[in-house]
Amino acid sequence: MLTILFWVISAVMLASAVCVVAFRNPVNSAMSLVVSFLALAALFVTLDAYFIGIIQILVYAGAVMVLFLFIIMLLDLKAEARRSLNIAALTGGLAVLGGFVVLLIQVIKTLPAAQQNFPALARTGYSDVADVGMTLFSGYNLPFQVIGVLLLVATVGVVILSRRSLR
Amino acid sequence: MLTLGHYLLVSGLLFSIGLAGVLLRRNLLIIFMGLELMLNAANLSLVAFARHGVTTLGLPDYNAQVLVFFIITVAAAEVAVGLAIIVALYRLRQTTHVEDLDKMKF
Amino acid sequence: MNPQLYPWVILFAPLVAAAVILFLLPRRNVAAGWIGVLTSALTCLLSWKVFLDPSLSVTAQIPWIEVPGVFSVPIGVILDDLSRVMLVVVTTIATLVFIYSAGYMRGDEGIPRYYASLCLFLFSMLGIVLADNFVMMFIFWELVGVSSYLLIGHYFRKDSAADAAKQAFTVNRVGDFGFMLGILMLWLATGSIMFAGIEQNLSALTLHPGYLTAACLLVFCGTIGKSAQMPLHVWLPNSMEGPTPVSSLLHAATMVAAGVYMLARIFPVLLAAPEITREVIMWIGAITCFAAGLMATQQDDIKRILAYSTISQLGYMVVGIAVAPAGDVAMFHLFTHAFFKCMLFLCAGSVIIALHHEQDIWKMGGLLGRMPLTALCVVVGTLALTGTPWFSGYYSKDLIVAYAHGANSAVFWITAGAALLTSFYMFRLFFVVFMGKPRSDHAEHAHQSPPVMTIPLLLLAIPSLAAGYPFIAKHFFDLPHPEIPHIVHYALLAALIAGFILAAALYARGPLKDPVRIPLFANRLYIDNFYNWLVARVQGGLAVLGSWFDRWIIDGLVVTGAARTVWATGYVLRLLQLGNLQAYAFFFGAGVLVLLYFLIFR
Repeated sequence: MLTILFWVISAVMLASAVCVVAFRNPVNSAMSLVVSFLALAALFVTLDAYFIGIIQILVYAGAVMVLFLFIIMLLDLKAEARRSLNIAALTGGLAVLGGFVVLLIQVIKTLPAAQQNFPALARTGYSDVADVGMTLFSGYNLPFQVIGVLLLVATVGVVILSRRSLR
Repeated sequence: MLTLGHYLLVSGLLFSIGLAGVLLRRNLLIIFMGLELMLNAANLSLVAFARHGVTTLGLPDYNAQVLVFFIITVAAAEVAVGLAIIVALYRLRQTTHVEDLDKMKF
Repeated sequence: MNPQLYPWVILFAPLVAAAVILFLLPRRNVAAGWIGVLTSALTCLLSWKVFLDPSLSVTAQIPWIEVPGVFSVPIGVILDDLSRVMLVVVTTIATLVFIYSAGYMRGDEGIPRYYASLCLFLFSMLGIVLADNFVMMFIFWELVGVSSYLLIGHYFRKDSAADAAKQAFTVNRVGDFGFMLGILMLWLATGSIMFAGIEQNLSALTLHPGYLTAACLLVFCGTIGKSAQMPLHVWLPNSMEGPTPVSSLLHAATMVAAGVYMLARIFPVLLAAPEITREVIMWIGAITCFAAGLMATQQDDIKRILAYSTISQLGYMVVGIAVAPAGDVAMFHLFTHAFFKCMLFLCAGSVIIALHHEQDIWKMGGLLGRMPLTALCVVVGTLALTGTPWFSGYYSKDLIVAYAHGANSAVFWITAGAALLTSFYMFRLFFVVFMGKPRSDHAEHAHQSPPVMTIPLLLLAIPSLAAGYPFIAKHFFDLPHPEIPHIVHYALLAALIAGFILAAALYARGPLKDPVRIPLFANRLYIDNFYNWLVARVQGGLAVLGSWFDRWIIDGLVVTGAARTVWATGYVLRLLQLGNLQAYAFFFGAGVLVLLYFLIFR
């Protein structure tokens, strides 16, 4: 059951990812990206990472993509006009891509951990928010505070960057 | 039965698609979306490893999930700032075509 | 004093004297003179004692450089027949010259420097005479060159003197290069630098005749340089720029004879070498002998005539080494030549001083009455030099020419022809300088030199006359007495008389200038010009090469090349800055791929 679910969700995710890259209209790309994120959240749930799955939807699909669409609308971007193909760039990009895929498959084949089934969990279907929260606040408290500062800095930066004239 | 390798493969393919977007598309925003795809692929890998590295208590390794948490946060901040830059650039150059932005060369 | 120490005192006393004069008495003319004279007298005395005491034929050594098992160079003295005779000759003549210098150099501004250099020379020359191994001889050989440089350049403020000193040293150096190679070759083959050791290991050398020939000829190069054989003879006439006593001591009697002495020292090696070695030596000596004689016939400077005469006589000595069965034959001529040539030079000095430093013979004349003692000594010297019977030169020169006749007919006629030339130019000198009317004011008012100069002259006249007589010579040398063919006697006598008649015909009436003008001889066969041209060319060529190398290789390739390479690399790398975001992304991705590949799979 889980396997079939996995394959279906993966297919959806990968297909929508391809759509993101392939569509000309940026709005279409953004929508496909949302679908991809939702599928990814589902994959997280299959991996028993419930908290992270919810966070994925809330933050990524909810906040980040909204921001993306907002900007696309703000800039009033039309569908991208076709320009002449740059063969060199195309070849280079595809070469790097191909190389990466080959490398990936090689690594996965030789990694012993990759051939193992997932170990069984002590409990399933259990909410893991408390456990994640414990790990976060006890082991990673400082990074957590730093992340807060980072967000503050990002906010300030955005405010400054959007000024009409950089005085 | 699902193995770690399946998830890693999917993660890798997602990363490749994101990379394709960065290398081959000309629109700044699409490139940015490709970047987001790559980040998410990394997140998927991490969560898979979290599920794989089960602790003695029988629980997933939450350290990786905490890391994913941080990555999501930082990605969000990054998107905000990046889009602000793109807007500022658009105001200046009236274009989001990456090939038109080539002033910083020799 | 322990007689064993005599050789060491003889060797080092002049060095001590030179140091004392130089460091303690740099401004005291009289003291320097006395120290010089007394030191040379001491060495003379000890040399005669050593000579007269045949039991003292020991060799002694101070180890100097000792690398055990590999290499050892001692400072050693050897007292055998050869070195005793040479000791006596060198020290006696040196003493007389030292005394003579006191008169000649009066009023000079560098007297202490002069005496210190003379003492240094004496030390170096005695080192060559007493050396028992090649390396020590070579060291003192070079030291003699240094002393010669110092003495020729005594009047260093004169450009010509400074240049002559440099030329002497440099030309000698050319010969010494060959000399050193020869020493190394002999050492390599025999494993020894000692003369005795080399003679004992002759068998190792005779196995490879070509090698032995090469080694001997290279060693002979030292003689070509030091004894002014052709083609390295050019320095000797120019060395006349030095004071006349120096010319007489160094460049007539002793230093230039060192080359011949060295050949006599290694005579057994030369005998063991293939015939070709001695043939080459013979021809070089013969050519030198004749060509120098030609050049002497047209010289106008009194000292230069005598200089070319010295070169000619050295040619005779070298021929003597080559053709005679024993080294003593050439040494005999060296012995007699030292006395009469030194005396002739001192007479020339006496004339020069009397005429207030005038050296051109065409400004002299009529000095026979005005300087009778000097004239007498010149007559004695001329007769000895030309080989007049019953004078010393006759015995030594005839012996050499007799052996030359036996060895090679052409060389015999060449040496006989040189005898004719010798007679001609020496009588030319006598007639022009002493006969006829005075040709200048100085000549009018000349008078005989003071006794401090004339007594050495008269003292030297005695051996010039007598040193050749068999009953005297047998104490010094072990001479063979071959059957001398009559043709030799007749040819030499005819040469002597013919030269006299020719000179008398041209010069006895006292012409005002030379009636014969042969530019080829007067310009010394243009050899000097050739050397000048050669040096200029080689120098110029090397300068061009050096300049090219400096400009193109060092400046162009290394300096500018390095700078340009850096610039070019920067220019190429600049092309990576495309400004295109995706190009950067591509480079990034490709780099990561490569890195991953190498990290994971290697």
